[in-house]
Amino acid sequence: MKDIDKSFRKDTETEFPLREELKPRSVTAPDGQVIEIDPLQDYFCQEPPKVHKQSYFRIVEDFYNWARAHSLWILGFGTGCGAIEMRPLMTPRFDAYRYGIQWRPTPRQANLLVISGYLSVKTLKRAIRAYEQMPQPKYVVGLGSCTINGGMYWDSYNTIKRLDDYLPVDLYIAGCMPRPEALLAGFMDLKKLIRKGKAEGANKYAENFDWYKANQKSVIKDWDMPDYNW
Amino acid sequence: MMRDLHDHLKTRYRLGDLAERRANLAFVDVARADLRALLVELRDVHGFTHLSLLTAVDWIEEGRFQLTYLMNNRTANRSLGLRVFLDRADPVGDTIHDLWPTAATYQRELREMFGIAFPGSPRVDEEFILEGWTDMPPYRRDFDTLAYSQQTFSDREGRETHDPRAHMAKKLNPEGQR
Repeated sequence: MKDIDKSFRKDTETEFPLREELKPRSVTAPDGQVIEIDPLQDYFCQEPPKVHKQSYFRIVEDFYNWARAHSLWILGFGTGCGAIEMRPLMTPRFDAYRYGIQWRPTPRQANLLVISGYLSVKTLKRAIRAYEQMPQPKYVVGLGSCTINGGMYWDSYNTIKRLDDYLPVDLYIAGCMPRPEALLAGFMDLKKLIRKGKAEGANKYAENFDWYKANQKSVIKDWDMPDYNW
Repeated sequence: MMRDLHDHLKTRYRLGDLAERRANLAFVDVARADLRALLVELRDVHGFTHLSLLTAVDWIEEGRFQLTYLMNNRTANRSLGLRVFLDRADPVGDTIHDLWPTAATYQRELREMFGIAFPGSPRVDEEFILEGWTDMPPYRRDFDTLAYSQQTFSDREGRETHDPRAHMAKKLNPEGQR
């Protein structure tokens, strides 16, 4: 039985057409005025992300980093099965709140994106949107082996293998899945990184913006959003 | 019980042999033209009111798809699977969304994952769970998911894989004695 065809080549020719509602068009208003509409340009700022400059004085930057390390607000966005490990952290058993780590419901109120487990291509698009909408300074933690090298989804047609190709990851927590204790230890490590000023993922994203966009667009065929959504 | 039902139906429908898996689970091949009448009769007369699932199997060697309609009789606790075969080169199935509305969802999934068309089924051509998929339907057996993932996503160095049989043989019997 021939189950794996060694000569399989993926289809790189076919382009996914732009959705009808996103195409530029002209609309006639009730008073007869014709308005040109380009949905991907009109409602979004086209400005790419900027590098967040460090303070001139080292001691001031250290103070900022100290303050940032004590203010971790996690976006409550569970991408995969690892989200289940964050629930005990929010509740009395493991109680991450005593370390000053709390969850928020929207990206605008969060500065730490925890990619909790495998990311399908469909979820990756939402994760990118969520990440880009978070205010700086912002951090990304990859949870579990799926974000590191694909984990058990190493041969999946629809699950990304390396998260750092698409988003700037500051810290990985290995495991399948990591226990809540491992997450707490990981968050403590992230705090140390921030205090040392080494959690510069958002700046890395701004500097290598074109590289990240090229990688993202190479897997997300149905790109129906502006290049930088914030 | 299932055999009685099969004997009863065999007189009027083109059925294959009954494949009994358990006392209350059996499968039977059905001609495509008889499928709809048989489904209606099983539902309305014989109490198989519940469509448990509708799925497909890709028999690539035989050049055909198999659709399995698994129906359940709740009061008698019996399940009957109807198997219909479609030509793999031009797979077109008959929609049954008017018999069971849930079938529309199954048919949408089969359209996306196997590329089996169900003309007339509501929203069947909209994307179901894949987004922006341009390659061949991924559940077909000639779609090589490992090769696709290697050509699409980049690997990280350091990953090792072991053949389970060789690995365990080495672990349990390091000297290689027989």
